[in-house]
Amino acid sequence: MNLFLDALRWIFSPERLEGSYALPILLAQQLYYTAVAVAIAAVIAVPLGWLIGHTGRGREAAVAISGAARAIPSFGLLILLVLVFGVLRTPQAAIVTFVLLAIPSLLAGAYSGLEAIDRRTVDAARAMGMTEWQILWRVEVPLGLPLLIGGLRAATLQVVATVTIAAYVNLGGLGWPIIQGIPLRRFDQVLGGALLVAVLALVLDFLLGMLQRAVVPRGLRETRSGRRAAPKNSADPAPRAAVAAG
Amino acid sequence: MGWIGDNLGLIGGLGLEHLRQSAIAIVLGFALSLPLGWVAWRYRLVRGWVITITGLLYTIPSLALLILLPTIVGYSPISQTNLIVALTIYAVAILVRAVADGLDSVDPAVRQSATALGYGSARRFWAVELPLAGPVILAGLRVTAVSTISLATVGALVGVGNLGYLFTNGLQRRIIAEVLAGVVAVVVIALVIDLLLLLAGRALMPWARPDGRRARRRRVRAALPMGTTA
Amino acid sequence: MFTARGKRAALTIGTVAAAALVLSACSSSNPLDEPSASAGGGSSDTIVIGSQDYYSNAIIAEIYAQALEGAGYEVERQFNIGQRDAYMPEVESGAIALFPEYTGNLLEYLDPDATATSPDDVYAALQDALPEGLTALDYSEASDQDTYTVTQEFADKYDLKTIGDLANVDVPLTIGAPPEFEQRPYGPAAAKDVYGVDLGFSATGPTTLESLLAGAVNVADIFSADPAFQTEKIVALEDPENMILASNVVPIASSAVADEIADVINAVSSALTAEGLVALNVQSTVDEMSPEDIASQWLSENALD
Repeated sequence: MNLFLDALRWIFSPERLEGSYALPILLAQQLYYTAVAVAIAAVIAVPLGWLIGHTGRGREAAVAISGAARAIPSFGLLILLVLVFGVLRTPQAAIVTFVLLAIPSLLAGAYSGLEAIDRRTVDAARAMGMTEWQILWRVEVPLGLPLLIGGLRAATLQVVATVTIAAYVNLGGLGWPIIQGIPLRRFDQVLGGALLVAVLALVLDFLLGMLQRAVVPRGLRETRSGRRAAPKNSADPAPRAAVAAG
Repeated sequence: MGWIGDNLGLIGGLGLEHLRQSAIAIVLGFALSLPLGWVAWRYRLVRGWVITITGLLYTIPSLALLILLPTIVGYSPISQTNLIVALTIYAVAILVRAVADGLDSVDPAVRQSATALGYGSARRFWAVELPLAGPVILAGLRVTAVSTISLATVGALVGVGNLGYLFTNGLQRRIIAEVLAGVVAVVVIALVIDLLLLLAGRALMPWARPDGRRARRRRVRAALPMGTTA
Repeated sequence: MFTARGKRAALTIGTVAAAALVLSACSSSNPLDEPSASAGGGSSDTIVIGSQDYYSNAIIAEIYAQALEGAGYEVERQFNIGQRDAYMPEVESGAIALFPEYTGNLLEYLDPDATATSPDDVYAALQDALPEGLTALDYSEASDQDTYTVTQEFADKYDLKTIGDLANVDVPLTIGAPPEFEQRPYGPAAAKDVYGVDLGFSATGPTTLESLLAGAVNVADIFSADPAFQTEKIVALEDPENMILASNVVPIASSAVADEIADVINAVSSALTAEGLVALNVQSTVDEMSPEDIASQWLSENALD
């Protein structure tokens, strides 16, 4: 308990707002790397996932590649890429590492969102004469949004927790107090940094959870009869996205 | 393949250690998450708490957890116990949800018919609900296994001998082949374990085998509550 | 193929097997885990030697190990333990009997307010600061301490010999270093106080050398045993005011065994020169030799095996 109070004291001391390692700067760096990595991963994974979900083909390959990507140890990959790209391209090495981390969840969110749609809805759309593109954009994507956002939530959580290692290669971020605090034996600092990352992750998860509920198309909002009411606010969608990915 | 060729013994030895440490954490995590997941599924009041706390645990950066657990609990930070406890915590964080969701995915009609047939609640759990929740739980177990094996590499930062040593040592000595060997070894071990779990699942749960749309949709529907609103 | 009953049996057996694995692993003594509790290890002749998670430190530990084995001792190795917080309790409790350390850094750890900076002062202060049960054997000329290093080119251009000469440089200066250097009593703030030099700080950590060579920083904290001092054109600036904490290689031994092994280990320490340590590190990084090979080669070259 003492350590916890010390950590809080460290977080809220006025020096945290000064200097080149001020907390707002570290927070901005953490968010920057998270956002850029998730955005790039989304550009790659989401269209691919939609294609897989719409055509029903390539799923096994996607699952296999996602599984392989998930097996890559981020810490090791970051070090490898920094050595290979060279020290002057450390930010690029870090971004590649985090993008690879984010792709599996986003890919799974995209195609499982489409797979979960009742086939009859899609058939009805086709029967109405919609083209494949129209089916994709006007039916499948909106209906698949909740699971997609679920995948986005999982990806964001994983990336934001892992960006803490960016401090090891001088990219700042909320990992800095941890990386500096351990050799200095300042455990209030280490715990303070850890708490900040945890709080940031929870906040992002909460916001994305709200987004997830907001994107459910109006027509789907009533609970179906005979189905158990959905549990509220699951804090970690990672297993759900994984489950959805089969 | 200079460095790698000269050090195959080192890589192999570290790989076995790595596998052993991960396996213990995965098995322990699974064993702990079954009762926890069942409690979370059965008692709706508790469910929110369990989910929030396990979610919180998952977001704590691994390095911080490895340093702080020993200061709180009191065992040696360089012991394997430290790493395995931390890995187990992360495993439980993922698996509790998978167990709860898996049990959720069992069609209530099936549970009711089991009761109608005279199954008591314990027998119903072990003979009907758990097996039917199996595919979802297995999916969670596979994800857990892969992430545990990948995460175990941070043990190197507290002196626990495993494949993570190849990263820190390779970085210090600037030997790219060493770091690469470490990354590849971790990936290979993780994928092999993933495949073994997949095959074990197919053998033990043949009813889930048809990987056609219907079976997929059954699993996916379990995850749907996340998509629809409460 | 599988009946329901057969499957259940398989599951039960599988679970029991997994549980057995877990239980056996928990109780089995793992060679990488805590060594036996008595000082120095099992039998009175077994010496447990530890090392930091630093390849250079592991080489020195391996040299100690092989030297002691040559003198007839049984040695158990516990290398690549992480930070001091991780291994100091083991050393203090006697579970590890011998550990290669660095005078200044260890003093800093034990007594953060210590003011000694020259090699002899630091060694004397360290002996005072060591807890009961630990003895520092003779320290070596070889050191692995912080430096303020620049490229040879930069030194020639601005005619730099000492840290104080940096004050004459007309371009902005940034020092790359491990993250904790910013807070050290010989860090950039001290450089300002003692030598009047203004330095920005960049926490380059493991990429410090590359950053210096690539020009991302113009000054760098390169540890004095770094192989780059032999392989690259860099030069450490002199520190006439003794601002930087001297940090020489020193064997820390459990007092119970210190007298026994002193002769063997002190001989190693006096044979280990500053350039010698750098050369050992070059063998590890450039020639990619294993610590075992490096150690046995050094011992035979110095007639200490």
